[in-house]
Amino acid sequence: MRIVFKTNYMQDIRPWKDAYQLCLYLILLAVVAAAPWWLDDFYLGELTNVLIWAIAGLGLMILTGHTGQVSLGHATFLAFGCYANVILLEAGVPFLIAFPLAGILTGLAGVTVAIPALRLHGIYLAIFTMALSILMDDVIVLAEPITGGVAGKYLGGVEIFGFLVDRWGTPVQFFWLVLGVAVLVTLGYINLLRAPLGRSFIAVRDSEVSAQAMGVDIARTKMISFALSCAVSGWAGALMGMFSGAFNNETFSVLISIQLLMMIVIGGLGSIHGAFLGAIVIGFLPQFLSISKEYVGAVFGGNTVAIPGLEFGIFGMILIAFILFEPMGLYGRWLKIRTWFELFPFYRKDMFKRQKSYLKTERLR
Amino acid sequence: MSLLEFENVTLKFGGLTAVNDLSFEVEEGEIFAIVGPNGAGKSTVFNLISRFYDPYTGNIRYDGHDLLKAKPSGVAAYGVARTFQNIELFEHATVLQNLLVGRHRHRKSNMLSEVLFLPSARRQELENREKVEEIIDFLDLQAFRDKMISGLPYGVRKVVEVARALATDPKLLLLDEPASGLSVEETTDMRWWIDDMRRQMAITVLMVEHDMGLVSGVSDRVLAMADGAKLALGTPAEVQSHPAVVEAYLGKAS
Ligand SMILES: Nc1ncnc2c1ncn2[C@@H]1O[C@H](COP(=O)(O)OP(=O)(O)O)[C@@H](O)[C@H]1O
Ligand SMILES: [Mg+2]
Repeated sequence: MRIVFKTNYMQDIRPWKDAYQLCLYLILLAVVAAAPWWLDDFYLGELTNVLIWAIAGLGLMILTGHTGQVSLGHATFLAFGCYANVILLEAGVPFLIAFPLAGILTGLAGVTVAIPALRLHGIYLAIFTMALSILMDDVIVLAEPITGGVAGKYLGGVEIFGFLVDRWGTPVQFFWLVLGVAVLVTLGYINLLRAPLGRSFIAVRDSEVSAQAMGVDIARTKMISFALSCAVSGWAGALMGMFSGAFNNETFSVLISIQLLMMIVIGGLGSIHGAFLGAIVIGFLPQFLSISKEYVGAVFGGNTVAIPGLEFGIFGMILIAFILFEPMGLYGRWLKIRTWFELFPFYRKDMFKRQKSYLKTERLR
Repeated sequence: MSLLEFENVTLKFGGLTAVNDLSFEVEEGEIFAIVGPNGAGKSTVFNLISRFYDPYTGNIRYDGHDLLKAKPSGVAAYGVARTFQNIELFEHATVLQNLLVGRHRHRKSNMLSEVLFLPSARRQELENREKVEEIIDFLDLQAFRDKMISGLPYGVRKVVEVARALATDPKLLLLDEPASGLSVEETTDMRWWIDDMRRQMAITVLMVEHDMGLVSGVSDRVLAMADGAKLALGTPAEVQSHPAVVEAYLGKAS
């Protein structure tokens, strides 16, 4: 076990524990940034996709993982960001303005949605946001003059400082763009968590009554969380649009909303790592399934026809397994494994067990 | 003028009168205890001060302000901090993070400066840590500062809750059964801490407590309640020997 001696306050404030940990993350970043040299174009595309999902996961993580507000409708904001980006680009706004603006507009849309949602808790908020996600489909069809309706919209490459950035034409440049956005969002997220605002999100998630007693305005805090969450989702949506190149009312269906929520639960709620781990699972599950299907077909000699909904079904089962056996997600599992090694042979089984918690109704007496 | 004034306050939950025409005053600098059997309405008095409920009738004044005009999240800004009977900590955060939430009322930075972690945000964090570290030293929490709340034993959680309240830099501190569930040694520690809060930090303490040893040891005045109403008010000795109190505690059983 590495013991870190703390000698000044900055050691607590800066985001890394010690030089060793900082090096580890820098090496990881360097290896990922060098992906174009060690991955072919197909897998580079897959990695790009994983990173985009990770950004979307970070967006939802702010709201659900850190503020405790479950949203089953975040595809709505992916769609909003995607369309806002394209519409701005079509209007001739340069990408470096259109893209950030798309996120900001999505954040504002999120605040508008948050106002009626503020009174809703738990399952009711989930249902409300899910309804929103279902409605979005119709709204996109109805707003055909702006959104292209069922026919959808197309987006080629964009230009940044004279360089063409296009998913198909210049996949390497597009990968770096996505990586850059992912890194910036992650850094902002880390900063948030070591500042009062991020802590007030956690406070609202864990105990609204004592958050209030500490002077945290619950409604305001939830609103800001919605805004930030939706802004990040908007950026992820804009990148998704650029990644797929074509999209219509069905691209950002309610299934995407559900998948996004499943992703962060599997990855680990309430941690930045969780968004990335979940995205890796989401991104590589289809590959994994098709490989194992071929394998099963080869061994048992069956045919390898596609089974509709298989991917989603397996995903659901993984989710149920996690909720039952590892509510803290992949990141939680990793923490336990690491603690086991660090403390060997002193690890206790109940180390991560929660203490008895009271029913909400008896809490205040 | 008193620091806190209750004037004929009544609160009903449906048909149940939890607080019944209650009046009392807490003076600045004193340690004031509320005692009474379970269900007497003691915690409800705290929740009224925290503005979780609106009283049916009556007034609550704090330091010359009409407290009933404040929002629940605005009470902390007046320098009122509290603990909860059934510990309400932020479970999935560390002790340090919990205490830092206590600093929230002193926040001057805005969203943008925090996301970019500008020098102003950094400076504010340094100030917050300095203050929080003082509290950690005061309550001997060094060994737990980076531990998650969800893994802490009961006794430590109680102390962390007091620490979080102190981190707000309060003028009035409300402690709801600070010694319940604590061992004898832990209760003794709590006793000296409460004493020191008043002496070193100039904090006025209003506490609900069942442990009569602790109550008579630290408090200047005691309010005895039963069924939401005032039974007796006076020094610990006066209240303990008051006929109505003796009857409430012993009389009903006989
Ligand atoms: N939120 C609530 N809703 C309904 N009844 C409540 C509520 N809070 C407290 N009560 C009732 O009010 C009475 C006083 O409770 P409380 O103030 O918690 O007593 P105690 O003196 O033990 O702290 C009890 O009968 C309790 O059941
Ligand atoms: Mg009580």
